[in-house]
Amino acid sequence: MATIRDMMPAFELFQPATVEDAVALLAEHGREAWALAGGLDSMDWFKDRIKRPRVVIDLGGIPDLTGIQERGEGLDIGAMTSLSAVAADERVRSRFQLLADAASQVATPQIRNQGTLGGNVSQDTRCWYYRSGWPCYRAGGNTCYASAPQAMNREHCILGASRCVAVNPSDTAPALVALDATMDVRNRRGTRTVAAEDYFVGPAIDITRMTALKPGDLLTSIRVPADWAGARFYFEKVRDRGSWDFALVTVAAAFRTAGGRIDQARVVVNGVAAYPVRLHDVERLVTGAPASEETAQAAGDLAVQGARPLKYNGYKLALMRNLVRRAVRSAA
Amino acid sequence: MIDEVDVNGLPTRSVSRRTFIKGVIAAGATASTAGTLFRASGGGLFAATALQGTAERLLTLNVNGQQRRVDVLPNETLAMTLRYKLGLTGTKLGCDRAECGACTVLVDGVNHYGCSILTHAVRGRSVTTVEGLQDPETGALSPVQQAVLEGGGFQCAFCAPGFLMSMTALVTSTPSFTRDEAASALSGNLCRCGDYNKILDCAMRAGELARSV
Repeated sequence: MATIRDMMPAFELFQPATVEDAVALLAEHGREAWALAGGLDSMDWFKDRIKRPRVVIDLGGIPDLTGIQERGEGLDIGAMTSLSAVAADERVRSRFQLLADAASQVATPQIRNQGTLGGNVSQDTRCWYYRSGWPCYRAGGNTCYASAPQAMNREHCILGASRCVAVNPSDTAPALVALDATMDVRNRRGTRTVAAEDYFVGPAIDITRMTALKPGDLLTSIRVPADWAGARFYFEKVRDRGSWDFALVTVAAAFRTAGGRIDQARVVVNGVAAYPVRLHDVERLVTGAPASEETAQAAGDLAVQGARPLKYNGYKLALMRNLVRRAVRSAA
Repeated sequence: MIDEVDVNGLPTRSVSRRTFIKGVIAAGATASTAGTLFRASGGGLFAATALQGTAERLLTLNVNGQQRRVDVLPNETLAMTLRYKLGLTGTKLGCDRAECGACTVLVDGVNHYGCSILTHAVRGRSVTTVEGLQDPETGALSPVQQAVLEGGGFQCAFCAPGFLMSMTALVTSTPSFTRDEAASALSGNLCRCGDYNKILDCAMRAGELARSV
């Protein structure tokens, strides 16, 4: 007889129908509660028994969290909107192709059909020491196994290390930062709006979390303002496999140009730190500059200043430099 | 014909191996769920949702066009329910980590990994497994099944049910597609025999057959 070899440990399941009920449940159960979106990151944790929430709150039955609403030229995207729906939406494609590109390159069709935009930006890091249940800093312990002398750290960070060297795995996160998106976060006390750039936090801010979400918080909506609608965009995700994989390094960029000059720029790189890194210095450098090869070269060189590779991820320096160059070149 | 009798005196020939195994699975599932303690919530919200039928253990699932009553644990995935409680063993469990695609099923016509969706999340939705592809009235194969039969698309075929479901999602959602588009649509399914070219041949043929219906 076949064995059920991987039954998840038991939990209590709630399927609220409204945001109010979900927030009340999160408040009631605090740290013991787990908000379940698409579940693709969550269930790995449960099956591996690394995270064992007592209460799981399935957000899939809350209609208010799904769908894309227009706000002028901007868009409000419900956190539970599937990545497939984001990638296929005509308004997203015509105004914010950057986000459509990012969403369409996440994992596989099955994962995009079930995975949500809110879940994609809130997923945990892929550091396998952490995911294997090692008691590292991020897991509340007192060491980092990925930066130990014998550690395999080809996929880890080159920027923003602070004890932990994990990276953010999301494809849509850098696109949302580049588009100046904001996140609506709801809890029992009310709703706060967090800029995408501040939604993602590095280990220096909070070593046990990837986002600004605290226990009791629920990401309800991602708002993409009209500012960058119809701009020139560049998105490139580099991964080990041609088919599907997490990114090694990703660049997401937006430009407004006129007469061969860059008037406005957003350049964001992911896969190099625990958060998508917005390259403010590069943006200042290219703003007002001609969209030329010289500008692209200078932007790439500036992008990696201060980067500190680990033993096995030195290639990420060249990768990041070249991706930033390609992004700036695309503005020409 | 006299049935053969095994060492325990039980007939062996009148029951196929597969049917016998499925019987054991069903018996085991009944026993295991009966023996599992269910922690009921004392919370008012749970009671409220239970009244609306949202968090009950006993679900009615729409699987392959049939209403199936089944006792489902809160932490149970759809692939487990299908295989171990409903006997629909066409759906395979490979990695159980949303990576290989062997467990792919359709939920409201869209392909999902059965190993990574809670059964409770598909309540009220229509589930299709590989067993549900052929016409229930006539037994006619679906365009995808016909194409795979003609093309002999698989070697060991453990991955085949998952591929067939992703192909079905493709041909029903996209009237016409290129080989590259088919490869992209099937990229969430792995074939460790490496039969991708033949599988893509089948996908293209399935598209032709679907258009000619």
